[in-house]
Amino acid sequence: MTVLGEQDELTALFERLPDLVSRDSDLVRRGALCNAELEVGLGDVTYYLKIAAGRVAVLERQPRPMRSWQFALRATAEAWQKFWMPVPEPGWHDLSALTKRGVATLEGDITPYMTHLQFFKDMFASPRRLVRERP
Amino acid sequence: MAARLEPIVGRYMNLSLGDREHRLYFEEAGQGIPLVCLHTAGADGRQYRHLMNDAAVTQHFRVLAFDMPWHGKSLPPVGFEREDYVLTTRSYTEMIVAFCDALDLVSPVVMGCSIGGRIVLNLAIEHAARFRALIGLEAADFQEGWYDTSWLNRADVHGGEICAALVSGLIAPQSPDPSRHETLWMYKQSGPGVFKGDLYFYRVDGDLRPRIKQIDTSVCPLYLLTGEYDFSCAPDDTRRTVQSIAGGVDVTVMKELGHFPMSENPARFREYILPVLDKIRSQSAVERSKGPEKKRGVR
Repeated sequence: MTVLGEQDELTALFERLPDLVSRDSDLVRRGALCNAELEVGLGDVTYYLKIAAGRVAVLERQPRPMRSWQFALRATAEAWQKFWMPVPEPGWHDLSALTKRGVATLEGDITPYMTHLQFFKDMFASPRRLVRERP
Repeated sequence: MAARLEPIVGRYMNLSLGDREHRLYFEEAGQGIPLVCLHTAGADGRQYRHLMNDAAVTQHFRVLAFDMPWHGKSLPPVGFEREDYVLTTRSYTEMIVAFCDALDLVSPVVMGCSIGGRIVLNLAIEHAARFRALIGLEAADFQEGWYDTSWLNRADVHGGEICAALVSGLIAPQSPDPSRHETLWMYKQSGPGVFKGDLYFYRVDGDLRPRIKQIDTSVCPLYLLTGEYDFSCAPDDTRRTVQSIAGGVDVTVMKELGHFPMSENPARFREYILPVLDKIRSQSAVERSKGPEKKRGVR
């Protein structure tokens, strides 16, 4: 079974997000009207993301101070690690499952997140594809 | 070329509920023991189409599924445009009993999922003697909410899209994509505020914890089956529920299934539900052999 290890491995996966999203024409189609600025917490590492017309236009690690965003999604390294397993365990398989069990939080004005909820769920799950493809 | 017709037949019933006239749509297939199936919140009876097309079920059971008022092909009552739809424990219970009475169903089995699973517990509390057996899928006497239901019906967020997106995570990752998306399609089609109105029963009015001890399964057998990927009604919610119930409850945790077992993965679900239906049939045969004094009559 594939097991994701250190934080570095998780951040390396996450930083593939712009490419993963752009290559998923169905995801881009569904996110065509999605524009948002957000922060993502991946364990101890913070990212700034700008979504433009369903693509990740900007992904910035440890963003500059006081950069504004509309909402933030932060989860523990363990949460992302289990969420991106090829077949995630029950209770670790969905972003709402993570927030319910208290290992992920949503902050700020989550209206863009809720308006495009399936897009964001699928976007954040997309690194799972890379894990599945591992030998 | 001959049409490939399914054995399911759909009809409309005019029914008075809560002193208001309703036009209720229902489907049925099969013959034998009546098995009334209750759909989840914000969806409709199509969730049971696979069960109704399963000869292993329909050769022994008359499977019926109605669309609750406001859902599917059942219309909301006259004047609906001037109110917010709200489902309550009382209105939901009345609806099921009225449906069974209207069709003269004798000693039916009722199987409900999610809100349907919750109301099955209330049937066990209030009307156990009327039923041959009760089956709760994804059932518990109470669950903690995991999102603010005000998101479900507001002008600036597409109701169908958000309802479907919220429940999408309750489907097991192993469920086949066509079944997953068919399940979600019903949520996308639901009328504005209907899912939210159903959840008033689930989240606010229908907390059965204070009354769950009243269930006595020696009066009516109760079967509870919960999918392991259901984090809304998790297996632990079901297990906690049965701790208070006298007479023993048959609890099954269904592997690789979520909150919509009958529609998200029908092939997997039948592995779990067929043995339960067999057990109910066997029990019925035993009771028949014991004579009329043991027969559980609806009326």
